Amino acid sequence: MKDEYRTLVHAAVLVTGASRGLGAALARRLGRAGARLALVARGHEELDAIAREIRAAGGEAHALPGDLGDKRDAHRIAGAAAALVGPIDVLVHNASTLGPVPLPLLLETDCEDLERVLAVNLVGPFRLTKIVAGAMALRGRGLVVHVSSDAAVAAYPRWGAYGVSKAAQDHLGRVLAAELEGTGVRVVSVDPGEMNTRMHADALPDADPATLADPDRVARRLAALISHPEVFAPSGARVELAGVPERESP
Amino acid sequence: MTAASWPRGEPTFDRLLHLDPRTGRRRDLRVSDLPALLGPGDLLVLNDSATLPASLRGRLTDASVELRLAGERGDGAWNAVLFGAGDWRARTEDRPAPPAARAGDRLVFGLELAARVESVSPISPRLLAIRFDETGEAFWTALYRQGRPVQYSYAAGALELWHTQTSYAARPWSVEAPSAGRPLAPSLLSAVARRGTALATITHAAGLSSTGDPALDAALPLPERYDVPARAVAAIAAARARGGRVVAVGTTVVRALEGCARAHGGRLVPGVGVTDLRIGPAFAPAIADGILTGMHEPEASHFSLLEAFAPRAVLADAHAHAEARGYLAHEFGDSMLIVPPA
Repeated sequence: MKDEYRTLVHAAVLVTGASRGLGAALARRLGRAGARLALVARGHEELDAIAREIRAAGGEAHALPGDLGDKRDAHRIAGAAAALVGPIDVLVHNASTLGPVPLPLLLETDCEDLERVLAVNLVGPFRLTKIVAGAMALRGRGLVVHVSSDAAVAAYPRWGAYGVSKAAQDHLGRVLAAELEGTGVRVVSVDPGEMNTRMHADALPDADPATLADPDRVARRLAALISHPEVFAPSGARVELAGVPERESP
Repeated sequence: MTAASWPRGEPTFDRLLHLDPRTGRRRDLRVSDLPALLGPGDLLVLNDSATLPASLRGRLTDASVELRLAGERGDGAWNAVLFGAGDWRARTEDRPAPPAARAGDRLVFGLELAARVESVSPISPRLLAIRFDETGEAFWTALYRQGRPVQYSYAAGALELWHTQTSYAARPWSVEAPSAGRPLAPSLLSAVARRGTALATITHAAGLSSTGDPALDAALPLPERYDVPARAVAAIAAARARGGRVVAVGTTVVRALEGCARAHGGRLVPGVGVTDLRIGPAFAPAIADGILTGMHEPEASHFSLLEAFAPRAVLADAHAHAEARGYLAHEFGDSMLIVPPA
């Protein structure tokens, strides 16, 4: 392991949406760097497989299935995570939903679908942050990462519900960062760029995978940011991961 | 004193009785006044324990029972207390006795959690040492799915896990809420810090407050786990060195600090431990100068712990005053700060 990742050794990290795509790739990278991982996703089997793979490679990972759009599940997951890996040092809000696919125009999106997208992409992460950030502030350190999207900034037709939720999440992060200034707790948004993931295929089935980033390479940049947020991400910032150096290890 | 039967809206609006233990002087304030009552140089010590879903519904062999976890034993086993038929709407002392458990009996909670009775305590046939079949993520996932927080008969409804946590809960060790910290919202703690008052955390596994079994209740609190980290030890030493007061948030912090000091010849040594320290009128605290506590009834064991911080007559007067002024009691009730002047 490279020295630059030593801050991750024994760090308690909770990653949501960890069963595939960027979340799974990040979990593998952080596991290799020695982090203690609580991995969350709705589906049990894929998540178990990732956790087993990380443990087989000598890392520490625990699979905690649940729906973060559900209040009871959020509290159960936060409790079990803290019991297993200790007080959370790093919270990575990576889980998100597109809402119905094929992506409908915003005016043709059911209000109930918009509510569900906001519940999963905005309120769920907010609830989890509320559960853990008070303890982070008292300990004087902590990092909350919101995985954002280009759709939070640009107005793409058909990306309405998702884009609205991500724009709101970015701003939620900025306000939290302002309120937590001076506590040692950082809140950042990261834009991973377009990746070759199932979510991308669901949204844009005709995209050429060769033009899309490999989630593992994006995960390396995100691991570098998490290991040294003071270098790559001032609190409240929105960071395009393409600008973060890609390290060889972990 | 009337019980607060549910968390009230804005906890810093809850009432705070400020009591000078030497003169008996009282002031009727709000929790939001706390920062002004502590000065630069003082230290507030908090218990960062989260509350477990420690109440499990299940079956002991063929009988339906409630099992309340009382604390982890350190060797992977748990102390636990059996409750008979009925639920939280009945006072624990009014519930029928549970069936007798024997070593080797099986306890089953839903489809994903089961335990074996390892031993039955000589203190009470309801106090067991048990060991769950599941470990690691399987155990914790199942416990959080099957368990509910311990409930109170005075509550207006069934409590959810989020009703029982402080704003800074970090480590799920407690089987009932370390409730003295409940009104301490993050903004209030920030205001305390801005005044120059230092903050430090310990972890203490708060145990069961009552079981309805007189023999068992007389033995409470059972031995409880604590962790006094090096940062807290340093913060206490620094407060002492500058002449500041050390104020414990809740009886669990007092037990952790005084238990730790007692175990090491009067000196705080960083680390984890288990304390069976019982604090009462004759106890002279070695570490804590004062306490922020919830309002409780004078007969509660809680009250005798407070006698380590103020004479009984002063406490009794303060309690009568609080009752006359309509202060509310128990886990969701009002607060009292017992601290000598700076």
